[in-house]
Amino acid sequence: MRALKELARQPSALFGLAIILGVLILALAAPLIAPFDPDNQMFDGLTLEGAPMPPGGQFLLGTDTLGRDLFSRLLYGARTSLIIGLVANGVAVTIGLFVGITAGYMRGWVGTLLMRCTDLMMAFPALLLAIVLAAILKPSLWIVAMVIALVNWVQVARIVYTETRGLVERDFIMAERALGAGHGRIVFRHILPHLIPTAIVWGTLGIATTVLLEATLSFLGVGVQPPQPSWGNIIFESQSYFQAAPWLVFFPGALILVTALAFNLVGDALRDILDPTQRGRG
Amino acid sequence: MLGVLTKRLLQSALILLGVAAITFVLLYALPADPARMIAGRSATAQTVANIRHELGLDQPLLTQFLHYLRGLLQGDLGRSYAQKTQVVTLIIARLPATLVLMAAGIFVEVAIGLTLGITAALNRGGLTDRLVMASAFVGVSAPQFVVALLLLYLFAATLGWFPMSGYGSFAHVVLPAMTLGILGAGWYARMARSAMIDVLNQDYIRTARAKGLSARRIVLRHALPNAILPIIAMIGIDIGQFMGGVVVVEAVYGWPGIGQLAWQAIQQVDIPIIMGVTLTSIIGNLVADIIAPMIDPRIRSH
Repeated sequence: MRALKELARQPSALFGLAIILGVLILALAAPLIAPFDPDNQMFDGLTLEGAPMPPGGQFLLGTDTLGRDLFSRLLYGARTSLIIGLVANGVAVTIGLFVGITAGYMRGWVGTLLMRCTDLMMAFPALLLAIVLAAILKPSLWIVAMVIALVNWVQVARIVYTETRGLVERDFIMAERALGAGHGRIVFRHILPHLIPTAIVWGTLGIATTVLLEATLSFLGVGVQPPQPSWGNIIFESQSYFQAAPWLVFFPGALILVTALAFNLVGDALRDILDPTQRGRG
Repeated sequence: MLGVLTKRLLQSALILLGVAAITFVLLYALPADPARMIAGRSATAQTVANIRHELGLDQPLLTQFLHYLRGLLQGDLGRSYAQKTQVVTLIIARLPATLVLMAAGIFVEVAIGLTLGITAALNRGGLTDRLVMASAFVGVSAPQFVVALLLLYLFAATLGWFPMSGYGSFAHVVLPAMTLGILGAGWYARMARSAMIDVLNQDYIRTARAKGLSARRIVLRHALPNAILPIIAMIGIDIGQFMGGVVVVEAVYGWPGIGQLAWQAIQQVDIPIIMGVTLTSIIGNLVADIIAPMIDPRIRSH
């Protein structure tokens, strides 16, 4: 609650929150708002020459190369982005917490082995690894989410590891141990609650990364597959046509930028609020 | 120093071994059947079996892995499924174009990032500072391919200042390098700003001020050289991540580098090429990792 109150005091975070809320409403209410079926290739959605219709008139944001309503596709695309963002980051944060806490708490050879594994993952350029994995596995919405989770957990694990190691040395954990508490109780009652802020911050920042990564994968043709709309594959589909119909790149592109920006703004503000040592830096 | 270097080399060797193991698994274990991919759809069972034997795919997995490792040590990354050429040959042919693009991109990135970051640090808390930080934030959140397409639309298709795509002249490199540079500049601006603020709070800067040196001299001669070290070191750390962006930018601008090679390979599921490019960029990254602490000794302790 305190965090939310402080968040409301920062104009940039409030701006980010408003955008996130807006995108969320658009995604949830897509069937109610969308004027057309997003997959319907309409006869009057193309000009007589077979070109997409420009924005305005019957089609608010114009149509795509197949005569589908762009506005409706963008609404359903918001669903795709948010689902992948939430699922991928939920998984990434969970893996990151598990690996980070285990490595930080157990230390010894288990800890070393786990942290060497994260080093190994860090050696792979994230986008390249995601492209490779998505290309090898048959791409679909859930595969894309898993691929992104597989790339994103590493950073969370490293931060959680460092924090857990710091926590384990603290007096209250020592005291708890001296009182005879078991490992389960120490981890779940005393270590995990301290890591929740970190998980929230990196979960939020991670959604920004995910939105960008999903769009890029879909743009390269190894992400969410058409006809299922995603902001990235809308641009992928109309790429060769973009000189004649720039709105097909501009609108989805703007949505990707604004959404990623919003999650970055909120994540950054949360980090300042929840981790006062970082305040005023960077 | 030498001890640290040996340790880092050893760590890098271990990481490479792990990377090789992962790429091997991806190469052979995951896809349906490499022999069938090479043979093509209409091949007979006999042809497929022959290719499988030729590649050693009928041997135990461990033997295959050792064989793959021996190949890697000799600089053999395998043979492309689609183009039937050695992957190393393909990569070496495409490498110069990518290096040119990366150098240009990094130049733009650092030039813009440093200028903005230092300007922001000197006006800390002011309007300039806020504007710079806001635009850095937007830059970090912008999708590369959208920026690439928009620059293309604006400066090539509409204004006609630069060619749409291709390779060969200075004009060709401007838009791809700008795409890479504008977006990366956000990180550098934030880095440069905080590094500069840290340095400006140091005692020796106060001493320099007390001596009555001009602000210009303090910034350029005393603060900048110290603030710039972590930034140069960051370039090295950044190279690996840069590679992902290079794939996107080369795909959009038709830049004939290893990124485009990888992109074309992705569409043909030509896994040896994809792996070859991945390994190449990881090696580049590790080399940079080893060089970075030599530039900024503060990284060494990590």
